[in-house]
Amino acid sequence: MLMTRKSIAAGALLAVGLLTTGCSTSSDTPTASATTAAPDTTATSTLTVWVDAERADALAQAATDYEAQTGISVDIVARDNSTLKDDFIQQASSGSGPDVVMGAHDWLGELTTNGVVAPLELGDKATDFLPVALDASTYDGTVYELPYAVENLAMLRNADLVPEPAANFDDMIAKGTAAGVEFPFVVEQGENGNPYHLYPFQTAFGAPVFGRDAAGSYDSTQLTLGDGTGFAEWLATQGSAGANTMSTEITGDIAKEKFTTGQAAFWLTGPWNVKAAVDAGISVAVDAIPSPGSEPAQPFAGVKGFFVNQYSQNKVAANDFLVNYLGTVDVQVALFNSGGVLPALTAAADAVSSDPIIAGFKAAGLDAVPMPAIPAMGRVWEFWGIAEAGILNGAEPDATWAQLTSDVRTAIDGS
Amino acid sequence: MTDLQGAPTRSPGVGALVAKISVLGGLDAIAVFLAAVLVGRGDYTVAALVVVGAIILTVIYLSERLLPAKYIAPGLVFLAIFQVFVIGYTVYIAFTNYSTGHILTQDQAVEALLSQSQSRLPDSPSYPLTVVESGTQLGFLVTAPNGTALLGTEESPLKPVDASFANGQAVAVDGYTSLRFADILGRQDEVSSLAVPLSDSAADGSLRTLDGRTAYEYTSSLSFDSTTGVLTDTTTGESYRDGGEGSFVGEDGTEILPGWQVNVGLDNFARAVSEPSIRGPLVYVTAWTIAFATLSVGIIFALGLLMALLFNDPSMRGRTAYRIVMVLPYAFPAFLGAMVWSGMLSQSFGFINQVVLGGASIPWLTDPTLAKVSVLMVNLWLGFPYMFLVATGALQAIPGEVREAARMDGTSRLQMLRHIELPLLLISMAPILIATFAFNFNNFNVIYLVTGGGPRDTGAGIPVGHTDILISLVYKVAFTGQNRDYGLASAFSILIFIVVAVISVISFRRTKTLEEIN
Repeated sequence: MLMTRKSIAAGALLAVGLLTTGCSTSSDTPTASATTAAPDTTATSTLTVWVDAERADALAQAATDYEAQTGISVDIVARDNSTLKDDFIQQASSGSGPDVVMGAHDWLGELTTNGVVAPLELGDKATDFLPVALDASTYDGTVYELPYAVENLAMLRNADLVPEPAANFDDMIAKGTAAGVEFPFVVEQGENGNPYHLYPFQTAFGAPVFGRDAAGSYDSTQLTLGDGTGFAEWLATQGSAGANTMSTEITGDIAKEKFTTGQAAFWLTGPWNVKAAVDAGISVAVDAIPSPGSEPAQPFAGVKGFFVNQYSQNKVAANDFLVNYLGTVDVQVALFNSGGVLPALTAAADAVSSDPIIAGFKAAGLDAVPMPAIPAMGRVWEFWGIAEAGILNGAEPDATWAQLTSDVRTAIDGS
Repeated sequence: MTDLQGAPTRSPGVGALVAKISVLGGLDAIAVFLAAVLVGRGDYTVAALVVVGAIILTVIYLSERLLPAKYIAPGLVFLAIFQVFVIGYTVYIAFTNYSTGHILTQDQAVEALLSQSQSRLPDSPSYPLTVVESGTQLGFLVTAPNGTALLGTEESPLKPVDASFANGQAVAVDGYTSLRFADILGRQDEVSSLAVPLSDSAADGSLRTLDGRTAYEYTSSLSFDSTTGVLTDTTTGESYRDGGEGSFVGEDGTEILPGWQVNVGLDNFARAVSEPSIRGPLVYVTAWTIAFATLSVGIIFALGLLMALLFNDPSMRGRTAYRIVMVLPYAFPAFLGAMVWSGMLSQSFGFINQVVLGGASIPWLTDPTLAKVSVLMVNLWLGFPYMFLVATGALQAIPGEVREAARMDGTSRLQMLRHIELPLLLISMAPILIATFAFNFNNFNVIYLVTGGGPRDTGAGIPVGHTDILISLVYKVAFTGQNRDYGLASAFSILIFIVVAVISVISFRRTKTLEEIN
């Protein structure tokens, strides 16, 4: 009896041993053959492309067409946009990252500081892109991003309430008030402010955040934010202690609700909110941003595009896919048709401008400046909105702005 | 199979044995597969761990003497994967400079720096390219703007050659095989790292290609000497050396990024307590964290117990219906609950101010003190049903005779609660109170979703708010803004762990004295 059990146990061990050896050989063989066979086969490259989940469908068709053209298969992986950048930075160098990642140009500071993106060469195509797109895709004199879409703020107008565009900020408030709605004008703010949405008004008073060096790159040592005292004083007159045209109580959701239900005449927002307004039955017109100051109101431009992983094993294919395929008019128009954001390629942008809403954003974007991507900009964001929210809520504008400038200066110097 | 000593465990059926062998066989097969993959990727330590783990598991389940191990082994495996590894990795990160600009290895950082330093020569032409091969050596056959063909390899600079043309582009040359695009795809690393010198002088730059179809003239502003480890800026002559902290540092102290990950010893812990911009907020954030956790436990326990006592009274009608209503906040997802509360507490548009208080304008979430009260109230709403359930159970477990005996002796209701029910309750509830404290000490959800740590402390050097607790501060340090510092955040996590562990140990010691009442 005991003997039997022992022999069963021995048999079991033997069986396990056989199973494992069998498995190890069968699992080793394909790996080995895959690595040695790869160079000999023709065009078996697979590009892994991480994209924002909302854009995955738009790219699926482009990927299929590219494979038909070159034999390089493109694996589009939809990722959550809120974690895309961090996941890419952490995985890019580990060998499990993608070959290409979709992102926004203002990631460039972080991506290059971490050394995870490779330079691109647009060659003669460079001048085919909208100047603001090319400007945004260039970091420290080198192009890293293949731009495909440009986003900027514009003034949405409820054309049923106000038939004519406003000439300047005061005219807009007057027109909105005359329309008899609860809010002549709404803009997304929130408890911590929202400097992105107030930036056009700030530039109208001649105070961009950073100056530029001789090569045209944003320069963290030239903090021109401090010139914004005029803007701060104007902002105070619009806050809770003044005309109350803007409030930190208006969050993005509240602003959207007021405009889409017809309770607001003007809405300063981006292309991502147009669909909600149109779907709600509002007759939407898109105007340039009316300036409250003596200079044009320049919004920030955000340029969406594609980056190549510095540690990709498929750099040639990745560069070919980006520069020679995604940078062509047909593909950019196709991406526009499923995404609805202004293409970065000039010819493609012109081709889709028959849509008055797109043409409106394009016109409003003529003055747009790329959002600075330098790491120092991160320090500005930390203090900027809080200071503006404070001014809107009645803080003394000159002192608050001076405090903001010195806080940002200290934070940049300390990092 | 039925001898007298034959206990059931010693004579398993054939079916059970077959099942055991196949499950173990499957497990070992997976382990061997994993090990093969890991070895292929060069992760020898992890591969060794997998193999050793599989051997231990197999021995345990085939042995007849290791009965207790059979029961605890699965638990230990999961403990190792989900607790020991995670904690170990956090501790490891706390001793490194893992942060923005320090995520690569040194070799990768050098590769990235050299790649970023490549710049195209201004106003230089683009060259239509054919990649050619002689033996195993790759070369570039390009067409110059004037229509002539040029050929060069890594060693021999670009020289004019007689080539055959197609559509105005040089496509083949004697002695070399032209590669098709599909062939290039198989050798992408070689092609993209190939630099063909423009002339005998390296300073003139070299021809490179990124897409395998067109080549451009580049110069590099950095050069790296791998024997001395010195990085030199070729335009200024400045040299950069490994500064010992995971980056190249110039003679004047300027650091260039990307750098790489290195061990920095206790630096992160030292920074957590010594850097003025962190130290100031750290003190009051720690104080508020302890206050938040203590007050939360106190009010949650008080309300839960009160409700339990009320609904445990037999004279109360419709107790079941009330109990169901009481449990609703617990059944409701906490994330949703916290977010809904955040909306309801908004100053001008929130339900509380607009409807309940008839248009009041109370800054529930934006006043430093009120915001603290608000998060405590939301936490109370989220937490008391659980305490109510536990207290109800504990109350019902108190034997009826004890109460009856007390009543016979003429105790009042209050005396009964004070001297009989509460001590008996605390025996079973003390561990839960400690667990609730530890949970609330790290209650990230409520803070993040209700106030986001706000209102911001405008005086602090780091973006910290008045309701931030330690764990939400760690989150802000590690995962927001453009300068992530995972090493510092891990060091903070360890400090938090030490605080929670010390408080828990002390509390458990004290509950032992409670148990002696029994």
